Amino acid sequence: MATRRTILQTAVGGLALAGSGFLGNLARAGLPPGTIESGTLETLPGKQPLLKRSFRPPNYETPVSYFEDVITPNDRFFVRWHLMQIPEIEPAEWRLSVGGDAAGREYVLTLDDLRRDFEPVEVVAVCQCSGNRRGLSDPHVPGVEWGYGAMGNARWKGARLKDILARAGLKKEAIEIAFDGADRPPLDATPDFQKSIPVWKALDDNTLVAYEMNGAPLPHLNGFPARVIVPGWTATYWMKKVISIRALAQPLQNFWMNTAYRIPKGKFPLIDRFASQESDTSTPITEMVVNSLITNVTEGQRFGAGTPIVVKGLAWDGGYGIRRVDVSVDEGRTWEGADLGVDLGRFSFRPWQFTFKPRSKGALSVMARASNVQGASQTFELIFNGPGYHNNVVQKVGIEIV
Amino acid sequence: MNIVTRAALALLLLGPLSAAVANESALRLKDGPEAVTVRANCSICHSVDYIQMNAPFMKRAGWDAEVKKMMKVMGAPVPEAEAARIVDYLTRNYGVE
Repeated sequence: MATRRTILQTAVGGLALAGSGFLGNLARAGLPPGTIESGTLETLPGKQPLLKRSFRPPNYETPVSYFEDVITPNDRFFVRWHLMQIPEIEPAEWRLSVGGDAAGREYVLTLDDLRRDFEPVEVVAVCQCSGNRRGLSDPHVPGVEWGYGAMGNARWKGARLKDILARAGLKKEAIEIAFDGADRPPLDATPDFQKSIPVWKALDDNTLVAYEMNGAPLPHLNGFPARVIVPGWTATYWMKKVISIRALAQPLQNFWMNTAYRIPKGKFPLIDRFASQESDTSTPITEMVVNSLITNVTEGQRFGAGTPIVVKGLAWDGGYGIRRVDVSVDEGRTWEGADLGVDLGRFSFRPWQFTFKPRSKGALSVMARASNVQGASQTFELIFNGPGYHNNVVQKVGIEIV
Repeated sequence: MNIVTRAALALLLLGPLSAAVANESALRLKDGPEAVTVRANCSICHSVDYIQMNAPFMKRAGWDAEVKKMMKVMGAPVPEAEAARIVDYLTRNYGVE
């Protein structure tokens, strides 16, 4: 007869290490001391106080305590820029040029055109920086030392990129669609931030040029007046303040495609490929890995004995859909399914919660592990890579029952 | 809108922005003979909290690679002689030997 434990272990399939004691040693990697010291709460125009990583270019993350709702409010949404010149654009002045050597013709859109000429569609989607949680890498790697908050989930409204491309007409040799934003480097010699995605992803019904975020215009620092939305994929492709869309017959060649934002081939359980940009050893980052975040319990928090504890959190993946979230409060020996909350679509955060009653006083730890419909789940050990991408190590939050 | 109102409005709008700028200028690098050189070169493109945030875990080779990246990839016009002194300063003050 199956015991409760074997059932639970089967339920989270692949958790062969449960009960072996290994999980008791799960690393609790923290941010570098210098990151903690310089990570002050700062208030940007139109924003709630965010955790500052750098003033210029502005890089600010959302404190974990702000993730109480499945939708991240615009004034709490993280900010990430590569280049320091970020123009404030007058809506009437903005132009989006569409063309490229693999397009049938070139044309220009105003913001009114974009809103009026194409069917408006909405998608709720997670926008997560490729380097979210980089600061937790062990060993540490250089870069913007993000904690858990370089991400957010919003309801985006805009035009389908495929409809915009259809007006230009794609030639059969089109392989990539390239984006440029209005941000500019301080020096001519600095590579401008331009990105491309494969044509198949550009033609996906869910890939948009969005002009609304949670029912309001995009905040300046989140890409006003329009940005590209690439649901499922990391935010590097979600070009803010987009001013140019080009269909290319050749792969886009620049620092941001050929050197940055690349991961070693074969190390991560990913499905989406970006074939035209792959090398023998590396590939551009594509969809997000399965991940979860505990949002209401913090390290060292104390709870009274005998009272039920409610653990809340969010789970997300690369657009396949969250199947379950399992929680352990006994060092990973047993896992139980959390209750999944509102389903806003496969690209959205999925809220979850788990209630338990601690049996005795003392220290214990809470761990959460999400799995998606593809059977992929979070790792217990970091899949180390130099740029610090795709960190989905199971969190372990130590609490005290008093 | 008269000129006084507009000036008041402009000040109001600028308020949070100038606060952010003020906060950046308040960033202090650790004392050292090359702190001024570091600020002069690095601040052209980014605030110096990039340095503070990436510390202390890089060895000399790590800081050397960062400075070379800024010069060769990002086009920072750092004179070669100053680059060596910048790497020294960063390793000593924001690195691990």
